[in-house]
Amino acid sequence: MDFKKIIIVGGGPAGLAAAIEANRCGIAPKDILILERDRELGGILNQCIHAGFGLHMFGEELTGPEYAGRFIDEVRARGIGYLCDAMVLSISAEREVAFVSPTEGFCRVKAGAIVLAMGCRERTRGALNIAGSRPAGIYSAGTAQRYVNINGYLPGKRVVILGSGDIGLIMARRMTLEGAKVLRVCELMPYSGGLPRNIAQCLDDFDIPLYLSHTVTGIHGKERLEGVTVAKVDDDRRPIPGTEEYIECDTLLLSVGLLPENELTKEAGIVLDRITGGAQVDQSMQTSMPGVFACGNVLHVHDLVDFVTKEAYRAGASAARFTAEGAAPAGKMLPTAGKSGVRYVMPQKLDANGTLDTDTALFFRVDNIYRDKYVVLSVDGVEVIRTKKRFLEPGQMETVKLNDTAIAAIRAGSAVTVSLE
Amino acid sequence: MKYDVCIIGAGITGAMTARKLAKYALSVVVLEAAEDVAMGATKANSAIVHAGFDAECGTLKARLNVMGCAMMPAETAELDVPFDRCGSLVCAYSEAEMAHLEQLLARGRENGVPDLRIIGQKELREIEPHISDDAIAALYAPSAGIVCPYELCIAACEHASINGVEFRTGFRVSEIVRRDGSFLVSDGRDTVECEYLVNAAGVYSDTIARLAGDTDFDMRIIARRGEYMLLDRSEGGMAKHVLFSCPSANGKGILVSPTVDGNLILGPTAKAVDDREDTATTDAGLWEVQCGARHLVPNVNTRAVITQFSGNRPTPVGADGDITKSDFCIRPSACVPRLLHLAGIESPGLASSPAVGEYAVELLWGMGLSLTEKETYLPGRPEKIRFRELDDAQRAALIARNPLYGKIICRCETVTEGEIVDAIRRPLGARDLDMVKRRTRAGMGRCGAGFCSPRTVEILARELGVPMTEITKCGGGSVILNGGEK
Amino acid sequence: MSTVIRKTCIVCPLGCHLEAELADDGQILLVRGNTCRRGESYMRDELTDPRRTLTTTVRLVGAENDAYLPVKTDGTIPKGRLFEAMKVLSGITVTAPVVRGDVICEDFLGEGVNLVAGKTVEASSCG
Repeated sequence: MDFKKIIIVGGGPAGLAAAIEANRCGIAPKDILILERDRELGGILNQCIHAGFGLHMFGEELTGPEYAGRFIDEVRARGIGYLCDAMVLSISAEREVAFVSPTEGFCRVKAGAIVLAMGCRERTRGALNIAGSRPAGIYSAGTAQRYVNINGYLPGKRVVILGSGDIGLIMARRMTLEGAKVLRVCELMPYSGGLPRNIAQCLDDFDIPLYLSHTVTGIHGKERLEGVTVAKVDDDRRPIPGTEEYIECDTLLLSVGLLPENELTKEAGIVLDRITGGAQVDQSMQTSMPGVFACGNVLHVHDLVDFVTKEAYRAGASAARFTAEGAAPAGKMLPTAGKSGVRYVMPQKLDANGTLDTDTALFFRVDNIYRDKYVVLSVDGVEVIRTKKRFLEPGQMETVKLNDTAIAAIRAGSAVTVSLE
Repeated sequence: MKYDVCIIGAGITGAMTARKLAKYALSVVVLEAAEDVAMGATKANSAIVHAGFDAECGTLKARLNVMGCAMMPAETAELDVPFDRCGSLVCAYSEAEMAHLEQLLARGRENGVPDLRIIGQKELREIEPHISDDAIAALYAPSAGIVCPYELCIAACEHASINGVEFRTGFRVSEIVRRDGSFLVSDGRDTVECEYLVNAAGVYSDTIARLAGDTDFDMRIIARRGEYMLLDRSEGGMAKHVLFSCPSANGKGILVSPTVDGNLILGPTAKAVDDREDTATTDAGLWEVQCGARHLVPNVNTRAVITQFSGNRPTPVGADGDITKSDFCIRPSACVPRLLHLAGIESPGLASSPAVGEYAVELLWGMGLSLTEKETYLPGRPEKIRFRELDDAQRAALIARNPLYGKIICRCETVTEGEIVDAIRRPLGARDLDMVKRRTRAGMGRCGAGFCSPRTVEILARELGVPMTEITKCGGGSVILNGGEK
Repeated sequence: MSTVIRKTCIVCPLGCHLEAELADDGQILLVRGNTCRRGESYMRDELTDPRRTLTTTVRLVGAENDAYLPVKTDGTIPKGRLFEAMKVLSGITVTAPVVRGDVICEDFLGEGVNLVAGKTVEASSCG
């Protein structure tokens, strides 16, 4: 059986960065293999032609293809191995990767370390369970984005968007610029899940109304979508009878959330986090399976690709270290948890014997909109970090960087919590 | 040209009849109103091969159900269609329902259902770990099974097609004229002439009888909508058998069943609808489905939905308006010579279908159709590749033969470009997204076809030699890219 | 008397909640809520001459897979000219190969910005 020191599953921003960092850490380019299922590297960034990527990494606003292009260029310049149109079918505990590709056929390759970077998928109509007929014209926002930006076709002319996630907002502007009429965006929650600036530049700029606390309750039309029923929802997110309104449209775009795509992870027996939908990892991005690391949207859904890149650098470095040093002796693992307003914390555990420095950060999301709150990090109930935040929104990922006090407390402690006060 | 036999309707009944007629030296044409076969009740039902204890003793339903169920392993094997004889359980929750099980047991035995028996709570829990604690006993029918109904129908049509049966889809019969001992069947644009006419038109079988001038046909067909939810494979293990409640419990008949593809299916409701083609789901219906399913399997995660859908069953209503005791209407017309009705076939129409097909041939023979077996007859259908079911070596060999089998298009269901191209090029080949989905499962997974549909549209456009803007979801006006090229 | 105008800053993903106080004659008295200087200048532009970067695609020929090329303006253009720009671009076709950063249109719409390619696309090997 063939052997590669590091196999990276996915050639999007996470996989590319992990590969580059593994190479920087001393793994020869030919010992790294990126397996990408699409026909080119870059992942979903290839269809994200809008600007807004790279402010943290490069200090400038790049489009998705530009951001991906910089990393693709570097992967090529370094001579790192990659294979497109290659789909990984399974991963075993022995780190055996089975994949297929039109050029290589069916292959099994043993890996010294594996980096999972498969990204995420969009939540579907099925998951929302909206009643009605099943005509053409209902697409997830990302699917519509592919049709418009990659294929060059408009999926429809009169559009209602359900969900105010960033892709939905971006597509509202994109379809408007291409000549479609976006009638409204409905959001089930009383706040938007998208970045505030996207509401400003994608909706407000084009006078597209955003209806908060509204949802789609009915779908009409036999062949092509003819209209949808929207209704206001109450505090429990149930439609309020009498508020229904019929809107004539030929397209419904769904932007109702992203789900880490962890089929491979799950089948491999790796422990998943119920809230993030991704693997549970420690600060080195190692999953419950030794030598298997995860980063990017497959781990938890990010709102900025810059953070994906940083996370992937960490995963790539850890994978490189693992291939050189082997599994570290099992040390003390501290679970992390979110409390009072904090929905989840990633990493889910901290290895007290592992690398803990002031670059180590905990990422978290809040469960509602908060103003003027303190973010408090405690070890065994004792507060070690307190920072003030003016705004906290579920749509924005937050971070707490460790300081020396926190690191000392973690090395001696047994559990870490992040909470709002 | 004049056909020996014309079958109206390419649902499972028409398909099985065509397949059985394909053995003989006959010219046969099947007319189907929809763009594909299997588009009516066949597309959207419980996917159950019932054992045969439901129907009243002595009815056609009872006889054909038990016979069809017995034939199903051989039929599916010949057609290369997955079939799982997983057995069924009718669960009882009270003494009154226990009595009902006894009735079903007695009726089933009289109908000839094999190995039927009542099991107690202990055994029930052993063989069905997630069943409700309140279920105290069950009627166990090991001969019941599950099959994908549209796959069976498509397979039967493919088999008929390679044996010379013609299929005309998009042919919605609007006129039937009898002239010089022939039928002239027309959709307003095209006319087909035939000697024998078979009415297998499902929810429209009363309409076809009337068009054919059968004044004696007094059965009215109403469409009864059945709503379903199809759950993710993650829920597939929640039922090992087809699980029924007693019909009296809740007064509803929601079942929970595994599918041959590893999903879990919940449903159906039963509500008469005016528009026979209105298959919209409703909030009330879906709620009923969820409640009914939880009655059987309390821990089923009804949020893990892949899709929800509904189908309209052709329910016969007798002259007295009663729908409960109606039998299949399978008989030659009493007043129109050489017209055969295969009407009013609702559940267990799928289970009965192989037997209905054979019985239909027998009846046609009795009506004067001469049957000579043809030497060129091919059993089975062309090889169908299912990449996800192959082992390593088979996969390697397949990709070496054709690299398109190495390109995964549907990542959720592991469907390759090679299989999609096959589906387009096979007999009765796919021309739209849903046809590809029914033939390959591409788009049946948890991403809701989000990833694969743009790629499948590209492949369809390339293979059919048309622009992407002409590709539809399900024929007609269901274009995917309604806004045109940008 | 002064009026307060509120806007969400679009300069970076932070999305600061900006406020500007205007005098009766429309003069900007004060901008607050910004956390950087670019935020203030964004608010001032927004009240006088709102401008946006345009990102879109143009037709591409001669490539293996790509039928469209992502492009962007390398500076901002007046917000009011976005649709005019889209119309101009619908008539443009680019031929592969193209390198990320290549100028597709110089001095686009006479606004002193260039339209540049967002992606490197090689020419199709089969010509």
